[in-house]
Amino acid sequence: MEQNSIRDLLDAEIKVVNVGLEGFAAELSAAGVPVIHVEWSPPAGGDPELADLLSKLGA
Amino acid sequence: MQLIEDANREALRRILEGDPVLIDVVPAGQAIPGLGERVLLHSGPPIEWNRMCGPMRGAIAGAIVFEGWAADLDEATALAARGDIAFHPNHHFDAVGPMTGMTTRSMPVLVVENRRFGNRAYSTINEGLGKVMRFGGNDASVLKRLAWLRDVFGPALGEAIRSVGGIALKSLIARGLAMGDEMHQRNVACTSLFLREIAPVLARTSRDPQRLAEVLSFLGSNDQFFLNIAMAMGKAIMDPVRGIAGSSIVTAMCRNGTDFGIRVSGTGDTWFVAPVEMPQGLYFPGFSAADANPDMGDSAIVETIGLGGFAMAASPAVAGFVGAGSASSAALYTKAMGEITIGENPEWTIPALDFAGVPTGIDVRLVVDSGIMPVINTGIAHKEPGIGQVGAGVVRAPRACFEQAVRALAEKLRVVA
Amino acid sequence: MSGTVLNEVRKGFYLDSVALMRLSRRIAGMPGIVEAALMMGTPSNKRILQDAGLLSDTGAAANGNDLVIGIKAHSDEAARAALAEAISQLEMPRRSAAEQTTWRPRTIRAAVKAMPDANVALISVPGDFAAAEARKALRRGLHVMIFSDNVAVEQERALKEEARSLGRLVMGPDCGTAIINGVPLAFANRVPRGDIGIVGASGTGIQEVTSLIAAAGGGISHAIGVGGRDLSQAVGGITTLMAIDALDSDPATRRIVLISKPPHPDVARTVLARVARSTKPFTVCFIGAKDADLPPNAHFAATLKAAAEDALGGRAIGADASLSVPAYARRAGIVVGLYSGGTLCAEAQLVLARHGRKVASNAPVPGSHPLSGAGDGIDRIVDLGADEFTRGRPHPMIDPSVRDDMLRETLKDRRVGAVLIDVVIGFGAHPDPAGHLASIVADASRDGPPIIGSVTGTEDDPQVRSRQIATLERAGVIVAPSNAQAAELALAACRP
Repeated sequence: MEQNSIRDLLDAEIKVVNVGLEGFAAELSAAGVPVIHVEWSPPAGGDPELADLLSKLGA
Repeated sequence: MQLIEDANREALRRILEGDPVLIDVVPAGQAIPGLGERVLLHSGPPIEWNRMCGPMRGAIAGAIVFEGWAADLDEATALAARGDIAFHPNHHFDAVGPMTGMTTRSMPVLVVENRRFGNRAYSTINEGLGKVMRFGGNDASVLKRLAWLRDVFGPALGEAIRSVGGIALKSLIARGLAMGDEMHQRNVACTSLFLREIAPVLARTSRDPQRLAEVLSFLGSNDQFFLNIAMAMGKAIMDPVRGIAGSSIVTAMCRNGTDFGIRVSGTGDTWFVAPVEMPQGLYFPGFSAADANPDMGDSAIVETIGLGGFAMAASPAVAGFVGAGSASSAALYTKAMGEITIGENPEWTIPALDFAGVPTGIDVRLVVDSGIMPVINTGIAHKEPGIGQVGAGVVRAPRACFEQAVRALAEKLRVVA
Repeated sequence: MSGTVLNEVRKGFYLDSVALMRLSRRIAGMPGIVEAALMMGTPSNKRILQDAGLLSDTGAAANGNDLVIGIKAHSDEAARAALAEAISQLEMPRRSAAEQTTWRPRTIRAAVKAMPDANVALISVPGDFAAAEARKALRRGLHVMIFSDNVAVEQERALKEEARSLGRLVMGPDCGTAIINGVPLAFANRVPRGDIGIVGASGTGIQEVTSLIAAAGGGISHAIGVGGRDLSQAVGGITTLMAIDALDSDPATRRIVLISKPPHPDVARTVLARVARSTKPFTVCFIGAKDADLPPNAHFAATLKAAAEDALGGRAIGADASLSVPAYARRAGIVVGLYSGGTLCAEAQLVLARHGRKVASNAPVPGSHPLSGAGDGIDRIVDLGADEFTRGRPHPMIDPSVRDDMLRETLKDRRVGAVLIDVVIGFGAHPDPAGHLASIVADASRDGPPIIGSVTGTEDDPQVRSRQIATLERAGVIVAPSNAQAAELALAACRP
């Protein structure tokens, strides 16, 4: 969603991408907030430098 | 990063616009300049004799005798070990070959032309099942069959194909997908469709009923015949995608039984290489994982264009080869491959996924980021040369190849962590 | 190798080669079986069976349409049992896969593809990877809340600069609380909507202020968390300034509360200059600061309670509560505070200090002493959510049992005049912190020090604030309307 300015955020229905602790997604879901949980595991074989590089390459 | 996104969009465009046509069968030396005396092409990335696996060495010895560069297998082996034969990857000469992938000058090769971009790719003819050179077989029966392919089958098939102006391949693949093929482990539908199309032409162009019978019988008895056509098609589709500045799309994946190699569009012809992994699968009676050869062959070009393991959802039975995997988990493989590719192929759709297109355009960034390695459907060879196939299963491309590629691409684009 | 070889042929019975192979492996694994295979009777398959020593005359007579079952066993009985099993498997109706699991995305990219109108990413991965994930989310068009801590400050700075150029919020790192458009994110409370906007560098600070506002009948527009380090010199308040801009131009917001520990003076100057440019009234709560050089449209609040009161237009909180500690419960001694919320711990220290007490803490505010080396006769206010307590253990707000042992010890300690605790409810918190605490208290002896606390949360939270208060009171805990008042009560309890 290329628009999504801060103004848009404060007016919009909040829809969450949850990355990490699954409990947060479960709570949001139970509260009726649209949420999608990412089955995350450390990228790049667990190498933080390579993970950082990937985010800059647009992964 | 915008440069990469634009470059990848261009890469996907070229893949999808490919128009592969099987146009001929000719001796390899006639089609491929540079494939002359004592030049031998093998599968996978570059490798020296002393690192080659058993089946590869067995196949090489057989191919040397076949070409008459040595009188027997012992002399052939000595020649190879001495360095008197020039070894090159098939990929360096516009070719691909399954398993050991032997390509030498007098072997007949299928010629696939990508009519959209004008480039051509070649593959030898699939020998069939059992004791064959692609599994390292090199005895008299193997060489006899190769001679028959050279003298009878190749010329007959070539004449038939020329007479109809070539066979368009994309639509044939589409029909095969709808019939349960994924074009790597399962080619029976495409082989049958091809046989249907070519049989009348062979009959028309044949002058010898005995030879015609042999040719048709050969085609009819090998479920995997179409694999080599699909492979040449894959290379013909991917070659125009090479060398797009900034693109992170994989243009080739291949193995030589020792190393796994990939090439990436934005880093040109550089090979990113890591040790192959062991296939996981089911074995024929009498065999087990202890007998298995490490992963081998250029056939991973099929996955590179979105088929094979990527199209597993089209071929649910094949998913059963993954240990405890069930047929209905086949769709999950294709969905997972969707996370590491940049698009879908609208012309190659999978009915079981509501006609979603096969996941196309493997992006090295997405592979390393997600930890999802490309899944390759493969036959499993016996590690001793000449015994043949002992099972079938899946194998993953090694992570290290993709990590190297990401770093190389970042360096080229001057992006630092 | 000798052994019994048994064949059976099923004429015209087709099964997929993979299914046959799987069944073969299963039969081959049965007791007393040397080898087994089920294959269609084609010439090449029969050759394979022959080579494996599995073919008898029966099987050899099969043709390509027939299924051959070949079994080699150590005994006749084992072979027959295996054959019976193979046949029963073949005749069983096909079961559809029950172990099908649904596909879940493994990356933010795939998640956004599946939910294209997502607008916020909530990131709680290990700190080493949090900035990279946040960048991916930002570039996919999302605002980001980073719950993770242990993110390098350079990464935070670079991320927030990129976010600023994209016009998107980075709430965090180390941001535990946000409430956007009524939605509680991470550890937060369900608060009625109203016209008070919050910008907070402290999670429990936001929770306490929003809860007090709710209890007084007010409401909030949004509570934007900025992360614990946003107002440091290295980061320069990038998110704070963006949040002020957003709430300043938000028609639903009529007054704005800033909550943070005292910022770096340069950053404070920049932020307050921005506050001055607004036409809306501000409440500036720099917890632990004595005062600040504020523009005319801003009031200073030294505690969370004062901030809530100012935001409510000067209304006093909990003034109508007639709370006192019964005389029999009062005793001379120190106040021991066992806190799960860091800012609540800070507020307690300030209240005690303001009343002339000597205070020590493992998270000391200016004026407090460090806990280690503090002698007797000095109040000890402990932040149990601090690093030294949470290494390898869950945070006390998630798992109240972290506090249990210390509480038991404290209740037996004759030097303690009063015990101060916080009970934080809402999203992310334990389902019944009051009930848990009550069970610990019930086991304790009756002649220990009084336990005084407050419940941070609202009626709309899953745990329901009034129910939690009732549970605590039934257990003999004295419950104040706010954390600040709890501290004052604890103080009073130690002055017999």
